[in-house]
Amino acid sequence: MTTRAATPTTTDLVERALRGKRIDVFGTFVSVALLLSLLVSLGILVTLLADMIAKGWSVFADRGLDFVTSPLSPDPAKAGLSQGIFGSVVLTVFVVIVAFPLGIGAAIYLEEYASDTKVTRFIVANIRNLAGVPSIVYGLLGLSIFVKLLSGVTNGRTLVSGGLTLAVLVLPIMVITASEALRAVPQALRQAAFGVGATRWEMIRHQLLPVAAPAMLTGSVLTIARAFGESAPLLLAGAILSNFFAPPAGTGLLTQITDADYTALPIVIFNWSRQPQKEFVAITAAAIVVLLVLLLTVNAATIILRDRFERK
Amino acid sequence: MGQGSVEDGSRPVLRTVVERERRRTGQEEAVFDVSHLEVFYGDFQALRDASFQVQARQITAFIGPSGCGKSTVLRCFNRMNDLIETARVEGEVRYHGVDLYGPDVDPVEVRRRVGMVFQKPNPFPKSIYENVAFGPRIAGFKGNMDALVEESLERAALLNEVKDILDQSAIALSGGQQQRLCIARAIATNPDVLLMDEPASALDPIATLRIEELMQELKKEYTIIIVTHNMQQAARVSDRTAFFNVDVRENGMRTGQLVEFDETGKLFTNPSEPATEGYITGRFG
Repeated sequence: MTTRAATPTTTDLVERALRGKRIDVFGTFVSVALLLSLLVSLGILVTLLADMIAKGWSVFADRGLDFVTSPLSPDPAKAGLSQGIFGSVVLTVFVVIVAFPLGIGAAIYLEEYASDTKVTRFIVANIRNLAGVPSIVYGLLGLSIFVKLLSGVTNGRTLVSGGLTLAVLVLPIMVITASEALRAVPQALRQAAFGVGATRWEMIRHQLLPVAAPAMLTGSVLTIARAFGESAPLLLAGAILSNFFAPPAGTGLLTQITDADYTALPIVIFNWSRQPQKEFVAITAAAIVVLLVLLLTVNAATIILRDRFERK
Repeated sequence: MGQGSVEDGSRPVLRTVVERERRRTGQEEAVFDVSHLEVFYGDFQALRDASFQVQARQITAFIGPSGCGKSTVLRCFNRMNDLIETARVEGEVRYHGVDLYGPDVDPVEVRRRVGMVFQKPNPFPKSIYENVAFGPRIAGFKGNMDALVEESLERAALLNEVKDILDQSAIALSGGQQQRLCIARAIATNPDVLLMDEPASALDPIATLRIEELMQELKKEYTIIIVTHNMQQAARVSDRTAFFNVDVRENGMRTGQLVEFDETGKLFTNPSEPATEGYITGRFG
């Protein structure tokens, strides 16, 4: 024991070096800063939501389902969301039917068929730019092409025009997310498929797409969310801002889509928020809550679908 | 299980025809006849002027240092180089006398006859059964798929380990099992040739040994070409060995070239080229 105190052994030296926790000031600072940024982002969202729910709660409490099932009206006590919800749902269906196949198809061509030339890279760069074009520009495009030029097909200011406009709007996002999903699939999988004598399409259809599908669905969540919340392009593409008469009872669903006035939830919210009467504040807030709930439902459905794919 | 159950009648099994020819003529036909093969990737020449023949039902090993072009040559035999956009092949690769790079040759048909096993096991992220069944299915196989899957797994010496878990994901298998699954997948399309690109380099010694034993079993029916970094492996398993080397030009261009091609025993004990001797005795590479 005495000798050990005089000349430190290796164990002593190592013990001295390892023991004794230092306080990592910088590390603590970083983790606190990161936590704060999370709390601020969450805080803003929660405040917004709480504010909307608080303001709109009386509407749900007083009118219940009536608020969701009534048509638009200049009287805030009677005005409801049925036309807006119908419009938004149909528009989303349009986006899914038109933009998904087109976007995924374009992505497959770009990633799996097109050779990597300057022209291809130019096209890809431009698709990325298109995703950043302000949505009002797509509204102008929708107005001039779908409402005016193709009025023979779309019947002018109908859900067809609005749906096609939104589909074109989200198309670049769909192409980009689908491309990224395909690019994330390891090259080894393609080689394996080619190696057993698959044609390019067999490789894509049977091996590539099943693997890329979950990531593509994640991309489609973003796409649907974007389309669901857009109001500017719809204003130009013919959505009705104020009140309109619902088509007479018994009008078929197809006619309501192809040959009738329409509106959408964001449009309704936009319009109500500009009304001077105080009562509109509450129903605007309630409409926002409904829009958020619908959006969450669609997203949740997509995520469940994606998990199904992944488990397979 | 006989070989017959693999045949689906839609096309004659090439191996059977080759065997009949051999019996009739009494001489070995070359499966691949390579003459003046050169491969370029863009401006870069990966391989210069290689000529040699690959015999049926033998294991031919390609050895050599990194960048010598051995994998590049291997990928010419099933036109895998086609998938690299900048790749260009000159010279001739004749497969049973047919120019593989002829104008109306379908690479998909080539790959159905010349199967490939890759360096890193790359099973499809599907069930074990689906991994094996995919190739035959897209080739239009109409026979008993269950029997074909089982027979392919049996030949790849994997059946005993997986016969009760055929519907489970192939990704859950060990690396060595995955590689044997890839071999089963490759032989399920009933090919004539198996190309193996360093098939054991990602495996442990025991799994490697199993693959090597399997190759000895498979060569009774298939022509096998293996690329390997491992000289002992080439010496152990192969009948003939090709030694490729990197030739560095004054301008710094590195091009692969075939230095020597001979019986494995001769090449490893009594090589005719000094470069071969230097490589196999470990003086470089």
